[in-house]
Amino acid sequence: MFEHYLNIFITTVFIENIALSLFLGMCTFIAISKKIDAAFGLGIAVIVVCLITVPLNNLIYNYILREDALTWIGIEGTNLEFVELISYIGVIAASVQILEMFLDKYVPALYNALGQFLPLITVNCAILGASLFMVEKDLMFVESIVYGFGAGFGWALAIVVLAGIREKLKYSDIPDGLKGLGTTFIIVGLMSFGFMSFGGISL
Amino acid sequence: MNLKKYQDVIVKPLIDENPITLQILGICSALAVTNNLSVTMVMCVAVISVISFSNLFISLIRNYITSSIRIIVQMTIIASLVIVVDELLKAYDYETSKKLSVFVGLIITNCIVMGRAEAFAMKEKPLLSFLDGLGNGLGYSLILIAVATIRELFGAGTLFGYEILPLISNGGWYMGNNLLLLPPSSFIIIGLFIWLIRSLKSDQIEEDDFFVSKHSTSPDLSKREINV
Repeated sequence: MFEHYLNIFITTVFIENIALSLFLGMCTFIAISKKIDAAFGLGIAVIVVCLITVPLNNLIYNYILREDALTWIGIEGTNLEFVELISYIGVIAASVQILEMFLDKYVPALYNALGQFLPLITVNCAILGASLFMVEKDLMFVESIVYGFGAGFGWALAIVVLAGIREKLKYSDIPDGLKGLGTTFIIVGLMSFGFMSFGGISL
Repeated sequence: MNLKKYQDVIVKPLIDENPITLQILGICSALAVTNNLSVTMVMCVAVISVISFSNLFISLIRNYITSSIRIIVQMTIIASLVIVVDELLKAYDYETSKKLSVFVGLIITNCIVMGRAEAFAMKEKPLLSFLDGLGNGLGYSLILIAVATIRELFGAGTLFGYEILPLISNGGWYMGNNLLLLPPSSFIIIGLFIWLIRSLKSDQIEEDDFFVSKHSTSPDLSKREINV
């Protein structure tokens, strides 16, 4: 049993890395990776939000939206899958808001560290993407917790690595037109080729 | 009527203020869907229609949205539009909709849509906002289509599935570049596009974070350790 969960975790972090293999959350990935500190803060925030929203959306999908899901309250023949997107984004926006208020009140230190990144996360496709892939893979509740954590962890790992490379590159002599955004794109491309080599691993 | 203004909001996002190469918006979905030109076209049409109409509707109700709940309101409008596009696609072009899988849904979080709603539609009149959405959608499509053309033509020797460069495996003369068919290559192609655009428009070049001083003729040996 434990092995099965470990498999899901390793697959999500390395083989199907949400940033470098599925290309989700790219806008923030490229925009906020100039400094390791900021990248680390954003990474932690994504892990936390993924860990909350993926299992929540899993429950919503399995007990409300899915075909015939409402049989547990005695209604049959329903299929609410067409409101999938709007409910997930609602859950994400609401959890980010609640998390922000909770941190502000009870853990001010963490709030100060993460505060500025939290609103950004609502529009981060990594979070919505994780929920959508969770549905596509048809995961059970506990599996979805592991998947949510793995997805967030993989994204955080990737952005911290990219920020490290960019900090090192700061002092290199780059052609004018490639400065900043241009090189970042090429680095991400190369990193992503690197992550493709995990693709052959079978677990 | 100030025609210049209307013209500007459509033409500027194409190259001068391109959402992908300058504003860093909407990169997420730009990459996974560009290995095939016809799929890319469908994606572009979907994004253009979502962004123009979300700009239009948000601009129509901009005076009634309180700023504290604006993100949720914008999200709801965008999400509803994306659902309409998704359902239409499933109904009329099921094959492409399967190929795009979750990327249609991800238009919701495509920061181009949110970014333009927030930066433009909340302030400007409906018609102007609609055109701004159209312009930005076209700017996004321009890069996507260019990348997809390069990837499909040199990767598989076809365009829209029709053979242009006959492959060796089919008795032709062209050796397909399989590297271009892998998703990461689109990053490198976009990187090179940025280089091209910035070589032509030098005002887009980013400033260095620090100043490099000229070589001095007599090296200061007392500071030698710093260089090691």
